[in-house]
Amino acid sequence: MDKGSFEVKVGLAEMLKGGVIMDVTTSEQAKIAEEAGAVAVMALERIPADIRAHGGIARMSNPKVIKEIQNIVSIPVMAKCRIGHFAEAQILEALKVDFIDESEVLTPADEENHIWKYDFKVPFVCGCRDLGEALRRIGEGAALIRTKGEAGSGNIVEAVRHMRRVQSEIKKLSTMSDDELMAEAKRLGAPFEIVQKVSKTGKLPVPNFAAGGVATPADASLMMQLGAESVFVGSGIFKSDDPAPRARAIVLATTYYDNPLKLSEISAGLKDAMKGLDIAEIPEKERLANRGW
Amino acid sequence: MDLNIGNSIRIIGILGLQGAYWKHKNILDLLKVNSEIVKYSGQIDSCDGLIIPGGESTTMLKLIDESGMREKLKQFPGPIFGTCAGAILLSEESGDDKVKTLGRIPVKIERNAYGRQVESFTQKVALSFDKNPFPGVFIRAPKIFYYKKEIEILGKLNGEAVIVKYKNNLLTTFHPELTEDTRIHEYFLNNLF
Repeated sequence: MDKGSFEVKVGLAEMLKGGVIMDVTTSEQAKIAEEAGAVAVMALERIPADIRAHGGIARMSNPKVIKEIQNIVSIPVMAKCRIGHFAEAQILEALKVDFIDESEVLTPADEENHIWKYDFKVPFVCGCRDLGEALRRIGEGAALIRTKGEAGSGNIVEAVRHMRRVQSEIKKLSTMSDDELMAEAKRLGAPFEIVQKVSKTGKLPVPNFAAGGVATPADASLMMQLGAESVFVGSGIFKSDDPAPRARAIVLATTYYDNPLKLSEISAGLKDAMKGLDIAEIPEKERLANRGW
Repeated sequence: MDLNIGNSIRIIGILGLQGAYWKHKNILDLLKVNSEIVKYSGQIDSCDGLIIPGGESTTMLKLIDESGMREKLKQFPGPIFGTCAGAILLSEESGDDKVKTLGRIPVKIERNAYGRQVESFTQKVALSFDKNPFPGVFIRAPKIFYYKKEIEILGKLNGEAVIVKYKNNLLTTFHPELTEDTRIHEYFLNNLF
Protein backbone atom coordinates (compact mmCIF):
# COMPACT_ATOMS: atom_id res chain seq x y z
CA MET A 1 0.00 0.00 0.00
CA ASP A 2 1.44 3.33 -1.06
CA LYS A 3 0.20 6.42 0.81
CA GLY A 4 1.06 10.03 0.14
CA SER A 5 2.38 9.49 -3.41
CA PHE A 6 2.19 12.36 -5.88
CA GLU A 7 -0.46 10.39 -7.79
CA VAL A 8 -2.69 10.15 -4.72
CA LYS A 9 -2.19 13.85 -3.95
CA VAL A 10 -3.12 14.98 -7.46
CA GLY A 11 -6.00 12.47 -7.30
CA LEU A 12 -7.75 14.50 -4.62
CA ALA A 13 -7.20 17.70 -6.62
CA GLU A 14 -8.87 15.96 -9.60
CA MET A 15 -11.90 15.15 -7.43
CA LEU A 16 -12.29 18.82 -6.49
CA LYS A 17 -12.65 19.91 -10.13
CA GLY A 18 -15.74 21.79 -11.21
CA GLY A 19 -16.36 22.79 -7.61
CA VAL A 20 -16.10 25.64 -5.14
CA ILE A 21 -13.82 25.71 -2.11
CA MET A 22 -15.04 28.16 0.51
CA ASP A 23 -13.20 29.99 3.30
CA VAL A 24 -14.91 29.48 6.67
CA THR A 25 -14.01 30.64 10.17
CA THR A 26 -16.57 28.79 12.32
CA SER A 27 -18.37 25.46 12.29
CA GLU A 28 -21.64 27.30 11.52
CA GLN A 29 -20.11 28.79 8.39
CA ALA A 30 -18.68 25.38 7.46
CA LYS A 31 -22.16 23.91 7.66
CA ILE A 32 -23.57 26.67 5.45
CA ALA A 33 -20.80 26.00 2.94
CA GLU A 34 -21.41 22.25 2.89
CA GLU A 35 -25.15 22.71 2.58
CA ALA A 36 -24.61 25.07 -0.33
CA GLY A 37 -22.63 22.37 -2.15
CA ALA A 38 -18.99 23.36 -1.52
CA VAL A 39 -16.54 20.59 -2.51
CA ALA A 40 -14.25 21.57 0.38
CA VAL A 41 -13.81 24.24 3.03
CA MET A 42 -10.73 26.22 4.00
CA ALA A 43 -10.63 26.49 7.79
CA LEU A 44 -9.36 29.92 8.89
CA GLU A 45 -9.33 32.10 11.99
CA ARG A 46 -10.05 35.19 9.92
CA ILE A 47 -11.06 35.55 6.29
CA PRO A 48 -8.62 37.50 4.09
CA ALA A 49 -10.63 40.76 4.13
CA ASP A 50 -10.42 40.78 7.93
CA ILE A 51 -6.75 39.80 7.92
CA ARG A 52 -6.17 42.78 5.66
CA ALA A 53 -8.18 45.14 7.90
CA HIS A 54 -6.76 43.76 11.13
CA GLY A 55 -3.07 44.03 10.24
CA GLY A 56 -0.34 42.39 12.32
CA ILE A 57 1.10 38.94 11.68
CA ALA A 58 -1.30 36.39 10.17
CA ARG A 59 -0.48 32.80 11.17
CA MET A 60 -1.81 29.26 10.85
CA SER A 61 -5.26 28.88 12.45
CA ASN A 62 -5.67 27.61 15.97
CA PRO A 63 -5.95 23.79 15.75
CA LYS A 64 -9.11 24.03 17.86
CA VAL A 65 -10.92 25.91 15.07
CA ILE A 66 -9.73 23.38 12.50
CA LYS A 67 -10.83 20.41 14.61
CA GLU A 68 -14.28 21.91 15.22
CA ILE A 69 -14.74 22.35 11.49
CA GLN A 70 -13.48 18.81 10.75
CA ASN A 71 -16.04 17.47 13.22
CA ILE A 72 -18.99 19.25 11.64
CA VAL A 73 -18.52 18.57 7.89
CA SER A 74 -17.85 15.43 5.84
CA ILE A 75 -16.28 17.22 2.85
CA PRO A 76 -12.48 17.79 2.71
CA VAL A 77 -11.09 20.39 5.09
CA MET A 78 -8.13 22.50 3.99
CA ALA A 79 -6.03 24.87 6.09
CA LYS A 80 -3.36 27.49 5.41
CA CYS A 81 0.22 27.67 6.60
CA ARG A 82 2.69 30.52 6.11
CA ILE A 83 5.02 30.39 3.12
CA GLY A 84 8.11 28.41 4.15
CA HIS A 85 6.72 27.54 7.59
CA PHE A 86 7.17 23.78 7.44
CA ALA A 87 6.55 23.40 11.18
CA GLU A 88 3.02 24.81 10.76
CA ALA A 89 2.60 22.38 7.87
CA GLN A 90 3.74 19.48 10.06
CA ILE A 91 1.11 20.44 12.64
CA LEU A 92 -1.59 20.67 9.97
CA GLU A 93 -0.55 17.24 8.69
CA ALA A 94 -0.77 15.84 12.23
CA LEU A 95 -4.31 17.29 12.38
CA LYS A 96 -5.02 15.33 9.17
CA VAL A 97 -6.26 18.28 7.17
CA ASP A 98 -6.96 17.09 3.61
CA PHE A 99 -5.00 19.82 1.80
CA ILE A 100 -2.53 22.51 2.94
CA ASP A 101 -2.54 25.91 1.26
CA GLU A 102 0.95 27.39 1.53
CA SER A 103 -0.55 30.81 1.30
CA GLU A 104 0.49 34.39 0.67
CA VAL A 105 -2.60 35.45 2.65
CA LEU A 106 -0.61 34.66 5.81
CA THR A 107 2.59 36.54 6.65
CA PRO A 108 5.52 34.68 5.05
CA ALA A 109 7.88 32.88 7.44
CA ASP A 110 10.69 32.49 4.90
CA GLU A 111 11.43 35.05 2.20
CA GLU A 112 13.80 32.72 0.31
CA ASN A 113 12.40 29.20 0.47
CA HIS A 114 9.01 27.64 0.07
CA ILE A 115 8.24 24.33 1.77
CA TRP A 116 9.70 21.13 0.25
CA LYS A 117 6.32 19.58 -0.22
CA TYR A 118 7.57 16.08 -1.07
CA ASP A 119 8.36 15.68 2.65
CA PHE A 120 4.63 15.47 3.36
CA LYS A 121 1.88 12.90 2.81
CA VAL A 122 -0.77 15.62 2.70
CA PRO A 123 -1.12 17.44 -0.65
CA PHE A 124 -0.32 21.16 -1.03
CA VAL A 125 -1.91 23.92 -3.08
CA CYS A 126 0.15 27.02 -3.88
CA GLY A 127 -0.62 30.36 -5.51
CA CYS A 128 1.01 31.77 -8.63
CA ARG A 129 1.03 34.93 -10.72
CA ASP A 130 2.61 33.41 -13.80
CA LEU A 131 3.76 30.12 -15.28
CA GLY A 132 7.28 30.28 -13.85
CA GLU A 133 5.92 30.61 -10.33
CA ALA A 134 3.44 27.76 -10.93
CA LEU A 135 6.18 25.43 -12.20
CA ARG A 136 8.54 26.29 -9.33
CA ARG A 137 5.83 25.28 -6.85
CA ILE A 138 5.12 22.08 -8.80
CA GLY A 139 8.86 21.41 -8.76
CA GLU A 140 8.70 21.57 -4.95
CA GLY A 141 5.83 19.08 -4.95
CA ALA A 142 2.60 21.13 -5.09
CA ALA A 143 -0.31 18.94 -6.25
CA LEU A 144 -2.58 21.83 -7.14
CA ILE A 145 -2.00 25.36 -8.41
CA ARG A 146 -4.26 28.37 -8.01
CA THR A 147 -3.97 31.96 -9.10
CA LYS A 148 -3.01 34.32 -6.32
CA GLY A 149 -5.37 37.06 -7.40
CA GLU A 150 -5.61 39.62 -4.64
CA ALA A 151 -7.17 37.95 -1.62
CA GLY A 152 -9.68 39.89 0.43
CA SER A 153 -10.10 42.54 -2.25
CA GLY A 154 -13.41 41.36 -3.72
CA ASN A 155 -11.84 42.44 -7.01
CA ILE A 156 -11.35 39.86 -9.74
CA VAL A 157 -8.84 41.86 -11.79
CA GLU A 158 -5.67 40.29 -10.37
CA ALA A 159 -6.98 36.72 -10.65
CA VAL A 160 -7.80 37.44 -14.31
CA ARG A 161 -4.33 38.86 -14.87
CA HIS A 162 -2.69 35.79 -13.32
CA MET A 163 -4.85 33.23 -15.10
CA ARG A 164 -4.43 34.91 -18.48
CA ARG A 165 -0.69 35.13 -17.98
CA VAL A 166 -0.40 31.43 -17.08
CA GLN A 167 -2.56 30.37 -20.02
CA SER A 168 -0.76 32.53 -22.55
CA GLU A 169 2.64 31.32 -21.34
CA ILE A 170 1.44 27.70 -21.65
CA LYS A 171 0.25 28.43 -25.20
CA LYS A 172 3.60 29.95 -26.05
CA LEU A 173 5.47 26.95 -24.63
CA SER A 174 3.39 24.51 -26.64
CA THR A 175 4.37 26.22 -29.89
CA MET A 176 8.10 26.19 -29.13
CA SER A 177 10.55 23.72 -30.61
CA ASP A 178 12.83 21.58 -28.41
CA ASP A 179 15.85 23.80 -28.90
CA GLU A 180 13.99 26.86 -27.56
CA LEU A 181 12.90 25.28 -24.28
CA MET A 182 16.10 25.68 -22.26
CA ALA A 183 16.18 29.43 -22.88
CA GLU A 184 12.47 29.64 -22.03
CA ALA A 185 13.03 27.65 -18.82
CA LYS A 186 15.74 30.15 -17.92
CA ARG A 187 13.44 33.08 -18.64
CA LEU A 188 10.60 31.54 -16.62
CA GLY A 189 12.95 30.50 -13.81
CA ALA A 190 11.28 27.10 -13.91
CA PRO A 191 12.55 23.49 -13.73
CA PHE A 192 13.54 22.38 -17.24
CA GLU A 193 11.92 18.91 -17.09
CA ILE A 194 8.55 20.39 -16.14
CA VAL A 195 8.90 23.04 -18.85
CA GLN A 196 9.44 20.22 -21.38
CA LYS A 197 6.40 18.39 -20.09
CA VAL A 198 4.13 21.45 -20.30
CA SER A 199 5.41 22.18 -23.79
CA LYS A 200 4.51 18.65 -24.88
CA THR A 201 1.06 18.36 -23.22
CA GLY A 202 -0.07 21.99 -23.49
CA LYS A 203 -1.27 22.03 -19.88
CA LEU A 204 -0.03 22.09 -16.30
CA PRO A 205 0.81 18.65 -14.85
CA VAL A 206 -1.57 19.37 -11.93
CA PRO A 207 -5.05 20.98 -11.82
CA ASN A 208 -5.25 24.74 -12.08
CA PHE A 209 -7.83 26.60 -9.96
CA ALA A 210 -8.76 30.27 -9.54
CA ALA A 211 -8.52 32.25 -6.29
CA GLY A 212 -8.26 35.79 -5.02
CA GLY A 213 -11.15 38.18 -5.57
CA VAL A 214 -14.11 35.98 -6.60
CA ALA A 215 -17.26 37.67 -5.25
CA THR A 216 -20.12 36.89 -7.65
CA PRO A 217 -21.47 34.03 -9.80
CA ALA A 218 -20.28 35.98 -12.85
CA ASP A 219 -16.74 36.11 -11.40
CA ALA A 220 -16.78 32.31 -11.04
CA SER A 221 -18.01 31.92 -14.62
CA LEU A 222 -15.34 34.32 -15.90
CA MET A 223 -12.54 32.37 -14.24
CA MET A 224 -13.87 29.01 -15.45
CA GLN A 225 -14.11 30.36 -19.00
CA LEU A 226 -10.52 31.59 -18.75
CA GLY A 227 -9.41 28.04 -17.98
CA ALA A 228 -9.76 27.58 -14.22
CA GLU A 229 -10.92 24.09 -13.29
CA SER A 230 -12.44 25.11 -9.92
CA VAL A 231 -12.86 28.22 -7.82
CA PHE A 232 -11.73 29.22 -4.34
CA VAL A 233 -13.95 31.83 -2.70
CA GLY A 234 -12.46 33.57 0.29
CA SER A 235 -14.10 36.69 1.63
CA GLY A 236 -16.68 36.85 -1.17
CA ILE A 237 -19.26 34.69 0.60
CA PHE A 238 -19.15 35.57 4.28
CA LYS A 239 -18.44 39.28 3.64
CA SER A 240 -21.56 39.54 1.46
CA ASP A 241 -25.05 40.42 2.68
CA ASP A 242 -26.41 36.97 1.87
CA PRO A 243 -23.84 34.19 2.49
CA ALA A 244 -26.04 31.08 2.05
CA PRO A 245 -27.82 32.00 -1.23
CA ARG A 246 -24.60 33.50 -2.60
CA ALA A 247 -22.65 30.34 -1.77
CA ARG A 248 -25.25 28.25 -3.55
CA ALA A 249 -25.32 30.60 -6.53
CA ILE A 250 -21.53 30.43 -6.93
CA VAL A 251 -21.67 26.60 -6.79
CA LEU A 252 -24.26 26.59 -9.59
CA ALA A 253 -22.33 29.18 -11.57
CA THR A 254 -19.21 27.01 -11.46
CA THR A 255 -21.12 24.05 -12.95
CA TYR A 256 -23.09 26.07 -15.51
CA TYR A 257 -20.35 28.63 -16.22
CA ASP A 258 -20.91 28.41 -19.97
CA ASN A 259 -24.66 29.10 -19.91
CA PRO A 260 -25.35 32.86 -19.63
CA LEU A 261 -29.13 32.44 -19.48
CA LYS A 262 -28.84 30.06 -16.53
CA LEU A 263 -26.30 32.43 -14.92
CA SER A 264 -28.82 35.26 -15.20
CA GLU A 265 -31.36 33.17 -13.26
CA ILE A 266 -28.74 32.11 -10.71
CA SER A 267 -27.64 35.70 -10.10
CA ALA A 268 -31.11 37.22 -9.92
CA GLY A 269 -32.25 38.21 -6.45
CA LEU A 270 -28.88 38.12 -4.73
CA LYS A 271 -28.25 40.99 -2.33
CA ASP A 272 -25.11 43.12 -2.39
CA ALA A 273 -21.77 41.44 -2.97
CA MET A 274 -18.87 42.41 -0.71
CA LYS A 275 -17.88 46.05 -1.18
CA GLY A 276 -14.37 45.36 -2.44
CA LEU A 277 -11.28 47.39 -3.10
CA ASP A 278 -9.75 49.02 -6.15
CA ILE A 279 -6.31 47.45 -6.50
CA ALA A 280 -4.78 50.90 -7.05
CA GLU A 281 -5.96 51.85 -3.54
CA ILE A 282 -3.95 49.02 -2.01
CA PRO A 283 -0.38 50.21 -1.40
CA GLU A 284 2.21 48.04 -3.18
CA LYS A 285 3.65 46.74 0.08
CA GLU A 286 0.23 45.62 1.30
CA ARG A 287 -0.53 43.53 -1.79
CA LEU A 288 -0.66 39.91 -0.76
CA ALA A 289 0.12 38.59 -4.25
CA ASN A 290 3.65 40.00 -3.96
CA ARG A 291 4.47 37.60 -1.16
CA GLY A 292 6.45 34.54 -2.26
CA TRP A 293 8.22 34.32 -5.62
CA MET B 1 -9.33 -7.37 -23.97
CA ASP B 2 -11.17 -6.55 -27.16
CA LEU B 3 -14.08 -4.21 -27.35
CA ASN B 4 -16.94 -6.19 -28.88
CA ILE B 5 -19.80 -3.86 -28.26
CA GLY B 6 -18.25 -0.54 -29.26
CA ASN B 7 -20.23 -0.18 -32.48
CA SER B 8 -23.69 -0.72 -31.01
CA ILE B 9 -23.25 1.98 -28.35
CA ARG B 10 -24.19 5.32 -29.80
CA ILE B 11 -23.34 7.49 -26.84
CA ILE B 12 -22.27 7.25 -23.20
CA GLY B 13 -23.24 10.18 -20.99
CA ILE B 14 -20.77 11.22 -18.33
CA LEU B 15 -22.37 13.12 -15.47
CA GLY B 16 -20.58 16.47 -15.51
CA LEU B 17 -22.04 18.37 -12.57
CA GLN B 18 -18.80 18.23 -10.57
CA GLY B 19 -15.74 16.02 -10.23
CA ALA B 20 -13.26 14.19 -12.44
CA TYR B 21 -15.58 13.75 -15.41
CA TRP B 22 -12.99 14.70 -18.05
CA LYS B 23 -10.82 11.79 -16.89
CA HIS B 24 -13.60 9.35 -17.83
CA LYS B 25 -14.05 11.10 -21.14
CA ASN B 26 -10.34 10.71 -21.87
CA ILE B 27 -10.61 6.96 -21.33
CA LEU B 28 -13.69 6.63 -23.56
CA ASP B 29 -11.88 8.69 -26.20
CA LEU B 30 -8.97 6.23 -26.02
CA LEU B 31 -11.47 3.37 -26.53
CA LYS B 32 -13.06 5.31 -29.42
CA VAL B 33 -16.49 5.31 -27.78
CA ASN B 34 -18.67 8.39 -28.26
CA SER B 35 -19.45 10.25 -25.08
CA GLU B 36 -20.83 13.55 -23.91
CA ILE B 37 -20.74 15.51 -20.67
CA VAL B 38 -24.21 15.57 -19.11
CA LYS B 39 -25.17 18.69 -17.16
CA TYR B 40 -28.89 18.86 -17.90
CA SER B 41 -31.67 16.41 -17.17
CA GLY B 42 -32.84 16.50 -20.81
CA GLN B 43 -29.56 15.01 -22.04
CA ILE B 44 -30.06 11.73 -20.18
CA ASP B 45 -32.76 10.28 -22.46
CA SER B 46 -30.50 10.16 -25.48
CA CYS B 47 -27.72 8.24 -23.69
CA ASP B 48 -27.26 4.45 -24.01
CA GLY B 49 -25.31 4.27 -20.76
CA LEU B 50 -24.05 6.60 -18.06
CA ILE B 51 -20.92 7.10 -15.99
CA ILE B 52 -21.05 8.87 -12.64
CA PRO B 53 -17.53 10.09 -11.83
CA GLY B 54 -15.62 10.65 -8.63
CA GLY B 55 -15.93 13.99 -6.90
CA GLU B 56 -17.80 15.17 -3.81
CA SER B 57 -20.95 13.12 -3.33
CA THR B 58 -22.71 15.83 -1.27
CA THR B 59 -22.06 18.43 -4.00
CA MET B 60 -23.16 16.11 -6.80
CA LEU B 61 -26.39 15.14 -5.05
CA LYS B 62 -27.31 18.78 -4.50
CA LEU B 63 -26.72 19.51 -8.17
CA ILE B 64 -28.66 16.37 -9.18
CA ASP B 65 -31.66 17.60 -7.21
CA GLU B 66 -31.25 21.16 -8.42
CA SER B 67 -31.23 20.01 -12.06
CA GLY B 68 -34.18 17.65 -11.60
CA MET B 69 -32.15 14.55 -12.56
CA ARG B 70 -32.85 12.37 -9.53
CA GLU B 71 -35.84 10.43 -10.86
CA LYS B 72 -34.30 10.07 -14.31
CA LEU B 73 -31.13 8.59 -12.86
CA LYS B 74 -33.10 6.22 -10.62
CA GLN B 75 -35.26 5.02 -13.52
CA PHE B 76 -32.58 5.09 -16.24
CA PRO B 77 -33.00 1.82 -18.18
CA GLY B 78 -29.42 1.57 -19.47
CA PRO B 79 -26.22 0.57 -17.69
CA ILE B 80 -24.60 2.92 -15.18
CA PHE B 81 -21.00 2.83 -13.99
CA GLY B 82 -20.12 4.77 -10.81
CA THR B 83 -16.63 5.37 -9.41
CA CYS B 84 -16.03 6.43 -5.78
CA ALA B 85 -18.53 9.28 -5.24
CA GLY B 86 -20.42 7.79 -8.21
CA ALA B 87 -20.50 4.47 -6.34
CA ILE B 88 -21.89 6.20 -3.26
CA LEU B 89 -24.63 7.72 -5.42
CA LEU B 90 -25.61 4.33 -6.88
CA SER B 91 -25.75 2.61 -3.48
CA GLU B 92 -28.86 2.00 -1.44
CA GLU B 93 -27.64 3.72 1.69
CA SER B 94 -24.69 5.84 2.76
CA GLY B 95 -25.38 5.84 6.49
CA ASP B 96 -25.42 9.65 6.36
CA ASP B 97 -28.67 11.62 6.36
CA LYS B 98 -27.04 14.36 4.33
CA VAL B 99 -26.33 11.94 1.49
CA LYS B 100 -29.60 10.62 0.03
CA THR B 101 -28.42 8.11 -2.55
CA LEU B 102 -30.13 6.89 -5.73
CA GLY B 103 -30.51 3.28 -4.56
CA ARG B 104 -29.76 1.42 -7.79
CA ILE B 105 -27.48 -1.16 -6.12
CA PRO B 106 -28.49 -2.93 -2.89
CA VAL B 107 -25.31 -2.18 -0.97
CA LYS B 108 -24.65 -0.07 2.06
CA ILE B 109 -21.61 2.09 1.65
CA GLU B 110 -19.64 4.13 4.15
CA ARG B 111 -18.07 7.38 2.96
CA ASN B 112 -14.39 8.17 3.66
CA ALA B 113 -14.16 4.75 5.31
CA TYR B 114 -10.35 4.58 5.18
CA GLY B 115 -10.00 8.03 6.76
CA ARG B 116 -8.94 11.46 5.58
CA GLN B 117 -6.68 12.28 2.62
CA VAL B 118 -3.43 11.28 4.38
CA GLU B 119 -4.86 7.72 4.41
CA SER B 120 -5.51 7.74 0.64
CA PHE B 121 -3.44 5.10 -1.15
CA THR B 122 -2.68 3.07 -4.24
CA GLN B 123 -2.78 -0.70 -4.16
CA LYS B 124 -3.24 -3.53 -6.64
CA VAL B 125 -6.77 -4.94 -6.82
CA ALA B 126 -7.36 -8.60 -7.79
CA LEU B 127 -9.95 -8.91 -10.59
CA SER B 128 -12.30 -11.85 -11.12
CA PHE B 129 -12.34 -11.31 -14.90
CA ASP B 130 -8.65 -10.86 -15.60
CA LYS B 131 -5.56 -12.55 -14.23
CA ASN B 132 -3.55 -9.34 -13.92
CA PRO B 133 -4.43 -7.12 -10.96
CA PHE B 134 -5.64 -3.55 -11.47
CA PRO B 135 -3.77 -0.48 -10.15
CA GLY B 136 -6.32 0.83 -7.65
CA VAL B 137 -6.21 4.52 -6.71
CA PHE B 138 -8.24 5.03 -3.52
CA ILE B 139 -8.91 8.70 -2.66
CA ARG B 140 -10.83 9.28 0.58
CA ALA B 141 -12.50 6.11 -0.60
CA PRO B 142 -15.74 4.56 0.61
CA LYS B 143 -16.17 0.94 1.71
CA ILE B 144 -18.96 -1.44 0.92
CA PHE B 145 -19.95 -2.94 4.24
CA TYR B 146 -23.16 -4.80 3.53
CA TYR B 147 -24.55 -6.38 0.40
CA LYS B 148 -27.16 -8.89 -0.68
CA LYS B 149 -26.08 -12.14 -2.28
CA GLU B 150 -27.38 -11.18 -5.75
CA ILE B 151 -24.45 -8.80 -5.92
CA GLU B 152 -21.59 -10.06 -8.07
CA ILE B 153 -18.16 -9.24 -6.66
CA LEU B 154 -15.63 -8.57 -9.41
CA GLY B 155 -12.71 -7.29 -7.39
CA LYS B 156 -11.45 -7.44 -3.85
CA LEU B 157 -8.86 -5.67 -1.74
CA ASN B 158 -7.73 -7.37 1.47
CA GLY B 159 -10.81 -9.57 1.28
CA GLU B 160 -13.24 -6.65 0.89
CA ALA B 161 -15.36 -6.02 -2.20
CA VAL B 162 -14.21 -2.95 -4.16
CA ILE B 163 -15.78 -3.68 -7.57
CA VAL B 164 -19.33 -4.99 -7.70
CA LYS B 165 -21.95 -5.57 -10.36
CA TYR B 166 -25.69 -5.69 -9.87
CA LYS B 167 -28.00 -6.06 -12.86
CA ASN B 168 -26.72 -3.43 -15.27
CA ASN B 169 -24.92 -1.32 -12.67
CA LEU B 170 -21.19 -1.39 -12.03
CA LEU B 171 -19.50 0.19 -9.04
CA THR B 172 -15.86 0.71 -8.03
CA THR B 173 -14.84 2.33 -4.76
CA PHE B 174 -11.58 3.48 -6.40
CA HIS B 175 -10.71 5.51 -9.50
CA PRO B 176 -9.89 3.57 -12.68
CA GLU B 177 -10.23 6.92 -14.51
CA LEU B 178 -7.07 8.20 -12.79
CA THR B 179 -4.93 5.50 -14.42
CA GLU B 180 -4.14 4.73 -18.03
CA ASP B 181 -5.52 1.20 -17.59
CA THR B 182 -8.77 0.91 -19.55
CA ARG B 183 -9.76 -2.64 -18.51
CA ILE B 184 -12.60 -1.75 -16.14
CA HIS B 185 -14.16 0.67 -18.63
CA GLU B 186 -13.84 -2.08 -21.27
CA TYR B 187 -15.52 -4.54 -18.91
CA PHE B 188 -18.38 -2.07 -18.46
CA LEU B 189 -18.79 -1.60 -22.20
CA ASN B 190 -18.48 -5.31 -23.03
CA ASN B 191 -20.50 -6.90 -20.25
CA LEU B 192 -23.21 -4.54 -19.07
CA PHE B 193 -24.88 -3.63 -22.35
